[in-house]
Amino acid sequence: MENVKDVETEDLVLLSIFEKRLNNDEKIEPKEWMPDHYRKQLMRMISLHAHSEVIGMQPEGNWVTRAPSLARKAILLAKIQDEGGHGLYLYGAAETLGIGRKEMIDQLHSGKAKYSSVFNYPTLNWADIGAIGWLVDGAAIVNQTMLAKGSYGPYSRAMIRICKEEGFHNRQGYDLMITMMRGTKEQQEMAQDAMNRWWWPALMMFGPHDKNSFNSRELMKYKVKTESNDDLRQQFIDRTIPQAEKIGLKIPDPNLKFNEKTGHYEISEINWEEFYNVVKGNGPCNRERIQNHIKAHEEGQWVREAALVYAEKNGI
Amino acid sequence: MSDKNKDTQWPLWEVFVQTKTGASYTHSGSVHAPDKEMALQIARDVYTRRSEGRSIWVVPSEDIAATQPKDAESLFDPADDKPYRLPTYYRFPKGITM
Amino acid sequence: MSKKDALFNYCLRLGDNSLILSQRLSEWCGHAPILEEDLALTNIALDLIGQAREFLTYAGDIEGKGRTEDTLAYHRDAKDFRNLLLVEQPNGNFAHTTVRQFFFSAYAFHLYSALKASKDENIGAFAAKSLKEVTYHLRHSSEWMLRLGDGTEESRKHILTAIDDLWMYTGELFENSELDEALINEGIAVDASVLHELWNETVQGIFHRINLPLPQEGYMLKGGIKGVHTEHLGHLLAEMQFLPRAYPDAKW
Repeated sequence: MENVKDVETEDLVLLSIFEKRLNNDEKIEPKEWMPDHYRKQLMRMISLHAHSEVIGMQPEGNWVTRAPSLARKAILLAKIQDEGGHGLYLYGAAETLGIGRKEMIDQLHSGKAKYSSVFNYPTLNWADIGAIGWLVDGAAIVNQTMLAKGSYGPYSRAMIRICKEEGFHNRQGYDLMITMMRGTKEQQEMAQDAMNRWWWPALMMFGPHDKNSFNSRELMKYKVKTESNDDLRQQFIDRTIPQAEKIGLKIPDPNLKFNEKTGHYEISEINWEEFYNVVKGNGPCNRERIQNHIKAHEEGQWVREAALVYAEKNGI
Repeated sequence: MSDKNKDTQWPLWEVFVQTKTGASYTHSGSVHAPDKEMALQIARDVYTRRSEGRSIWVVPSEDIAATQPKDAESLFDPADDKPYRLPTYYRFPKGITM
Repeated sequence: MSKKDALFNYCLRLGDNSLILSQRLSEWCGHAPILEEDLALTNIALDLIGQAREFLTYAGDIEGKGRTEDTLAYHRDAKDFRNLLLVEQPNGNFAHTTVRQFFFSAYAFHLYSALKASKDENIGAFAAKSLKEVTYHLRHSSEWMLRLGDGTEESRKHILTAIDDLWMYTGELFENSELDEALINEGIAVDASVLHELWNETVQGIFHRINLPLPQEGYMLKGGIKGVHTEHLGHLLAEMQFLPRAYPDAKW
């Protein structure tokens, strides 16, 4: 009969091995012992990320049947397909931690699992597609490049793959915005309108200030995250504002200024009330996004079942 | 009416892709599929969209046997002190080619 | 009608089939029965858009009036589209989409296999490339026909309903337009009627494996290749064409 004290001692030994590996920047792999907290944080984070990719297919899917040229249609289809693929890689990474995809989907439907709240905003004109690729994917890249260096092997590898594909997403979005800004007066208005609506949600993607985020601090401790929310947000801001100015887009921030001394842009305080409300479920599209997902899932049950039954019947 | 609690997300498969003929098959990730044929097609759709492969293997994840990290030392460290297995261990006088 | 008009018309048909079917498949984005199938359907949609672009661009070149793939896709009304009625049918449920894809891909497979040898080099090249893609589409949709047709009772029921709904559009696959005659004689176009037997073989091959009854040769609905469509096409085009028509001076 194992003595409780012996179990604790073994755990402490395993913990010190784990911590040594983290400090040496070694990757942790699926079958290894890991602290419960580490496993839980990773599951939460990876499944949030996976769900975000999948839910993210909806705002873009909203315009795919109305893409105004065949080239843009092809590009958008390829992008949406990539997002689905990213969701797939990430669900796969999460599954290595011992959670099944069905369980993750159930959590998404019940609200127990979250997804990036940026996808709770609607796509109202064609330029929104550009804004999403340029700003939302741009913000995602800043985040993901950092995550690719994280400590958990399967997640880090999935992120490397995703980063390779994400570059095209970002570039096609900016390309679209350039086309709009060089276009007719109506197109320019669409582009500025999209900018006005997506700028702040993109900044919110980096999450709360680190001092207000327990999750952020834990993930930094476990080397899953190696840079703070605020640092990442600043990188994004500094990189993106010149891109906007280059094509004549105005940043929707009356207090925006460039600090010569620090070399960084300074922005207004983010509307945290809006942020927390959208996270809580009160955003413009929260209910719709989840209901669409639930509907597709439920309506697809007979299809998934049929495939399983056929496989069983035919011993394949 | 089918049971909503039933898991119909299909079993998990591991995917190995060969980038060009003659190269090794490398683990690319996993897919969910109901059977072998669909696993191959799905793996093709998921992992070779950017001309990353010419050949694919798939294996049900549960069929993969793996070494345990806690055994890594006893399995792999002993190989470290046998340099005589490597060609570079053996030095010859100048002018001799083997 | 000149040979130019006939060739233009033929390429339009090839392009429109792929364009309209691609549009239908893109409606599945984010709604497929499982994530993996979302990728598969989008993949097919992408292949089809590629085919549409090649045939429509070529059609525009043949016509010689400066119409591009986009002018043709976004600025024609339903009566000027030359796609088969089959491809404009709504997605319905996944069985419906599968049957439509299977019927069309089996047709496209045999069509492109023959069209590879077209005396028009461009058409031959496009057909050869498309054949690779369509081979995969046929494989994919055939596997789904088997799994749904011989899966559960429920899935079989859906497949039978879908076959019943779509069968009447399959006759048109083997129709030629009057304009095609000269092209067929010159070895540029394929005589669609010769594809019928090959198509039957492919379809029966799958049906037979899972004991699906082959529908009786009933009355067939036609007209698409002449520009007489079902009510569905108007709605599909209204959605697809909205932006360029609302902003005619814009470049996208």
